[in-house]
Amino acid sequence: MAMNKKHWIVMCFLGLFILACKKDNPVKEGIEKFLGFQKPVNFPDPVYDFANNPVTKEGFELGRALFYEPRLSRNNTITCGSCHIQSSAFTQHGHDVSHGIDDRLGTRNSPSIMNLAWNKAFMWGGGVYDLDLQPITPITTHEEMDENLENVLNKIRALPKYTAMFKSAFGTEEVTTARFMKALSQFMLMCVSSNSKYDKVMRKETGAAFTAHEQAGYVLFKDKCASCHAEPLFTDGSFRNNGLGVSPINDKGLYAATLMETDKYKFKVPSLRNLQFTAPYMHDGRFLSLSGVLEHYNSEVQATPNLDPVLHQNGKLGITLSNDQKAILTAFLNTLNDTDFINNKMLSEQ
Amino acid sequence: MLVFLACSKKDSVTPEFQEGNLAPLSVEFDNIAGERTLTFDNTGSPYKNAAGEAFTVSRLQYFISNIKVTTSTGNTYTVNQDSSYFLIRGDDKATRFAKVKVPEGDYTSLTFTLGVDSLRSTMPIDKRTGVLDPAAGGSHDGNGMYWGWNSGYIFFKFEGNSAVISDDVKGDPTGKKQFKYHIGFFGGYHAPTLNNIKVIDVDLRTAGIAKVRKDRQSNIHLFVDIMKVFNGKNTFKIAERPNVMFDDFTAKIAANFPEMFRHDHTEN
Repeated sequence: MAMNKKHWIVMCFLGLFILACKKDNPVKEGIEKFLGFQKPVNFPDPVYDFANNPVTKEGFELGRALFYEPRLSRNNTITCGSCHIQSSAFTQHGHDVSHGIDDRLGTRNSPSIMNLAWNKAFMWGGGVYDLDLQPITPITTHEEMDENLENVLNKIRALPKYTAMFKSAFGTEEVTTARFMKALSQFMLMCVSSNSKYDKVMRKETGAAFTAHEQAGYVLFKDKCASCHAEPLFTDGSFRNNGLGVSPINDKGLYAATLMETDKYKFKVPSLRNLQFTAPYMHDGRFLSLSGVLEHYNSEVQATPNLDPVLHQNGKLGITLSNDQKAILTAFLNTLNDTDFINNKMLSEQ
Repeated sequence: MLVFLACSKKDSVTPEFQEGNLAPLSVEFDNIAGERTLTFDNTGSPYKNAAGEAFTVSRLQYFISNIKVTTSTGNTYTVNQDSSYFLIRGDDKATRFAKVKVPEGDYTSLTFTLGVDSLRSTMPIDKRTGVLDPAAGGSHDGNGMYWGWNSGYIFFKFEGNSAVISDDVKGDPTGKKQFKYHIGFFGGYHAPTLNNIKVIDVDLRTAGIAKVRKDRQSNIHLFVDIMKVFNGKNTFKIAERPNVMFDDFTAKIAANFPEMFRHDHTEN
């Protein structure tokens, strides 16, 4: 299609206009500017104390570099990203339990790094209640990175790349525990998944609507699942015993941290976002598929100590689900997958 | 005027208690083992506990915090929290003093915490500096005093060897005959859990009150008897409990802690 002379003249004027405005064009600067942490409109207020660690472009970029830095491990082979892979919504797809240094295997399934700003407690079995302290756990765990923090900081201090990044992020080149942790937190806090079909429907975005199947699943979900997997994060952040058979290693979950009998076999309620990318499921990755999980709730719940009362009502264990109900529930759960999140280049290793 | 000058030279005059009139005071934590001084890895002459078990010591570290002193007239002074955390390490004599500043005065009682108080144990990372830095001392298998997976500090770390320890999983499967007592737990972030923080009160009247003055260094010399770990009110055998870290038995051991501290004398 050829443009006529008139159009060209208009285009040139427009071009001049754009060029003239470019320097202080707020729209263009807005696109280039790092937006920092932004609360999705359909999410509650975060629990993380941002006032004590405001997310900045430099801090986030340092955190991202550290997240993908193998020097965090004893023999410089394992990064945070080794067990928290973005394409698997920051889990370790295909591994029931995490696979760390020297091919050692842990005892728990690698949890997703997602929407952590709303997390009150960390780890499947609790014990950590502050995101700024969480990375010490994988760094020091024998089966994960098997390193100690003092060594990590010394390795980081020796690299000019990092001292320069610490300077940009925090004002001086000094590498301290607090700065190191805060930078990692800044990266993890930015791992927000809020662009699933569900979110778009909830935000009433143009063209976003559940199918009849999904809608029926949503209604069923609210009736059968939402008391623990509360919207919009799809977890209430609590620790509960969901009736799994006791594992061969007798993992007692929250009890190990609190030593309280009433915490035995309680594990953190995981979010149901991005299930398509995060199999296998449960704290020890015992279920390979969503249908395995649904069948657990339908027929396999066991009355182990501290079983959640929700799963033992009127003398019946579990949540009865017909095949049709499982199908619509699955359809709804599939609306929680967020491909923008797993493809967001900003969160990838650079 | 003459009377005033004459009197001010004498020790016996107690200065008026003024919070801003600070002078140096140190508390010395002199580690001992029963009737003997503490030496590490002395395999030639091991110690023996009440159960008759011979043992040697390879590591001893503990946190002392929240130092408070009280005068005979009931004035109390609590050292500013930010200056009141000390890690005493048995292998480093330089760490045996907790040096603080308190108002000039004659003190008859000393109070401190063995461990890290629950408030500090839940503080943001910025407040965890110096001996409280989670990176300090390296790994919790080594000199480190911070637990990552169950976030909190190890208050008291005591390790050594004894021939009575078996080589199976109930003892030390590595065959090194090692015992490890890592005692922590501050009571939890939310729901109340096990709390092994011990507040120790020491009466200074018998062995010597602390006369704190600006022109000298008053030093409260305490003996810290690690034998009481085994021989305190909850006596136990190394052979039966060679490793105590994450279980209820930590409370039994922690209950022995106050007995470890004995005021020997005060240097004024």
